Amino acid sequence: MVTITDKPINIAKLRESLFEPSAGGYTAFEGWVRNHNEGREVERLEYEAYEPLAVSEGETIIAEAKELYPFEKASFVHRVGLLEIGECAVWVGVAARHRDEAFKACRYIIDELKVRLPVWKKEHYVDGDSGWVNCERCSRSEGSSMSNPAASHDTD
Amino acid sequence: MKTLTVRYFALFRENAGVSEETLTLDAVTAADVFAMTRDRHGSHEPAGHCKVAINDEMADWQSPVNDGDTVLLFPPVAGG
Repeated sequence: MVTITDKPINIAKLRESLFEPSAGGYTAFEGWVRNHNEGREVERLEYEAYEPLAVSEGETIIAEAKELYPFEKASFVHRVGLLEIGECAVWVGVAARHRDEAFKACRYIIDELKVRLPVWKKEHYVDGDSGWVNCERCSRSEGSSMSNPAASHDTD
Repeated sequence: MKTLTVRYFALFRENAGVSEETLTLDAVTAADVFAMTRDRHGSHEPAGHCKVAINDEMADWQSPVNDGDTVLLFPPVAGG
């Protein structure tokens, strides 16, 4: 299951939702908001998603992961809105019969969702500036503050 | 000419100053729509690492657009 939410992620509840008698292991990944990127101090992150396609693309990614690394259950949650340092921005969980599938499927899902989901991240810097991550080359005004956001800001 | 609803997200929305608009364009493909709205959404690159969807389905830049379609222009994504 894929969820896009503007509320804090309840990890204990999500973990419980993956319980399955046939599952012998569970792997989870949490992406946290960190306080720096590309040498700049970050105060908070702002996420935006286009939910209909974020959910459908996310479900496709989970189906691909299941095909590659058969598991029992998997889900992920992505936050939108303003997030403070230390908050969980994304959570991925996989329950599988054995650990190998759980680790590999979890890795596949987080890697793919970062590059495929219609989700955008704006960094708000301590100095008051801000910039959309990965968008520096598509900015209209090269040389302005908007053209110089960090190249990427992975939560991990 | 085709009447299309074009939707902008994140940086593109900020550059365009609107989240969507209805335009009448002489466009054949999604790439044409991207090029014809470039001044609005502010991208220097044609397709590059941007993505496009048509009527809520992920599409290719060479996908045809039809009268009445909604074209969604996504700047480079950055989830996680």
